[in-house]
Amino acid sequence: MTDAALSPTALAEAAAAIDGPAFSTRRFRAEREGDWIEFERLLTAIEKGSARALSSDDLLQLPVLYRATLSSLSIARATSLDRAMLEYLEGLAKRGYFVIYGVRTTRMRRLGSFFAHDWPAAIRSLWKETIIIALVITLGMATSWALVAGDPQWFFQFVPEDMAGGRDPNATAAFLRDTLFAKPKDAALHTFATFLFTHNSQVSILSFALGFAFGLPTMMLEYYQGLTLGAMVAVFAGKGLGVEFGGWLFIHGTTELFAAALSGAAGLRIGTAVVFPGAHDRLTAAAAAGRTAGTAMVGVIIMLVFAGLLEGFGRQLVTDTGVRYAIGGAMLTLWCGYFYVPWRRRA
Amino acid sequence: MTGSAPGQTLTVADRRDKRRAFITPEGIDLELRIASAGARLAALVVDLLILYLSMLVFFLLMVWFFTDGGKDMAEIFWLLGSFVMRNFYFIGFEMSQRAATPGKRLLQMRVVARDGGRLTADAVVARNLIRELELFLPITMLGFATAEDMVTGWIALAGFGWTAGLSFFLLFNRDRMRMADLIAGTWVVEAPRAKLSLDLTVTGQDGGLAFTPAELGVYGVFELQELERVLRAADETVMRSVADTIRQKIGRPVAEEDGVFLHAYYRQLKLQMERGLLFGKRRANKFAVE
Repeated sequence: MTDAALSPTALAEAAAAIDGPAFSTRRFRAEREGDWIEFERLLTAIEKGSARALSSDDLLQLPVLYRATLSSLSIARATSLDRAMLEYLEGLAKRGYFVIYGVRTTRMRRLGSFFAHDWPAAIRSLWKETIIIALVITLGMATSWALVAGDPQWFFQFVPEDMAGGRDPNATAAFLRDTLFAKPKDAALHTFATFLFTHNSQVSILSFALGFAFGLPTMMLEYYQGLTLGAMVAVFAGKGLGVEFGGWLFIHGTTELFAAALSGAAGLRIGTAVVFPGAHDRLTAAAAAGRTAGTAMVGVIIMLVFAGLLEGFGRQLVTDTGVRYAIGGAMLTLWCGYFYVPWRRRA
Repeated sequence: MTGSAPGQTLTVADRRDKRRAFITPEGIDLELRIASAGARLAALVVDLLILYLSMLVFFLLMVWFFTDGGKDMAEIFWLLGSFVMRNFYFIGFEMSQRAATPGKRLLQMRVVARDGGRLTADAVVARNLIRELELFLPITMLGFATAEDMVTGWIALAGFGWTAGLSFFLLFNRDRMRMADLIAGTWVVEAPRAKLSLDLTVTGQDGGLAFTPAELGVYGVFELQELERVLRAADETVMRSVADTIRQKIGRPVAEEDGVFLHAYYRQLKLQMERGLLFGKRRANKFAVE
């Protein structure tokens, strides 16, 4: 038994001064109170986030005081009827447990391992779901492309008017070309990029969150995204602007659509874990899937920051279709290399 | 690795009582208690108030800072700031040492990994991104119903019903898990921060009162701890009625002040019962027979 607040001799004297039987809860409390108070002081300091402020002596004391508190709790439960003291000890033991067994790495370490290992590993483990979502988006695109190419009136079923902004089958080729290459006043660029980022992130988070309902709403949302895109492609391709529209889309689309597909995949992983839990029970399977998906989602938001920058700045400043394709292709290679190439990583 | 599967050592009554076994590696059962739905709601309201008020303050700051010229900058800061606040308020606080948002701290709760292991960042992220669906989607649906003509009222109502159904998921399971808790593998438990209060057997004076074992034998642990609660609250009228009840029960005249009488009775009752504990005798309440 150690103590830091009061000296052992002082405590022993205080305890001896209590007359009565050799063991009494009063004596028990008088002997150990100092440890509890000291432990609480250290816990409060750590919980306030100032673990650095603790001296190395304090840090060495921490586990000792924790065990002393647990020991006090055990004895108190068996011998004491002082409810306030029992509640205090239980609260202290709980707080202590979560501090001692809680975080084992520093924030920087955790951040480092996220980029070096956790993020790519989570994305890699979602490969099946990613392929499925990619197919769903492609299917959506193919559907609306075929329909709109056959009968332009279909366009209005797929794309809401305010989103189309005049880029519909009735527009002239010149107008469409203008929307692809016109330079807006550059004051608005960063606002535009920010808006795109926040909007797309919110949609991705939604598509992830919808996943647990067996993944169906996620797939519907992704299919819908594909539909809108396919209808736009059909309009531009119909006016002979297919390649140019491709470049306009490619520069940020490789990152943005990739991120969208990954958020869908993360949602789908949770959905499938609930339906097909495999060797675990459903709760455990859902929890495991939820953690993988959670990691992947943090990554998705980071990807969307890049997508927003590329869309807001890159696309407006780079108007050469070839360069647009090159940037989009480079981003795609970069992401794929980062996620899927088995680099030697420190776990 | 650090906890046990819940509900192994506790009885059915305990499970209904929201207590869950939680064995530390040292072999002590910490007996976590699941936080009640009401406390969760209160914490959420507090958090939303803080969140929206700070967003409002932030908005006004932006307006004030960029009154002339920098409208674009203001808009960017606002878009980014509100996005970060909305999505990372909960995540940021729950990833801290206390694993609780200010609302949860106020209501003395914390988020805990269900398997007893440590609460990882990915679990916190998962449990809070799904909040989007449980909380903000129903609100958006309601917004649609009132603002847009795109969908009919009935569709909006159905959408609201569906999403609200998800939001109330926590009422339909014993562990008070949100849909998101289920997926993240977490639950929310009470994290009481009790102050170390005075030892009543030290502070009170006996005033020369001595009770016989028979006089002390009429009560059990429950009554003792209720008496402790009364003494700590120190409400005159309550003490008066409690003292009268005890005097009547053990047949003593009203001879001394209520406070002195109750303290002396508490002190001697506790001493006798704790001695009993050492010999393995524990009487739950006054109805139990030894």
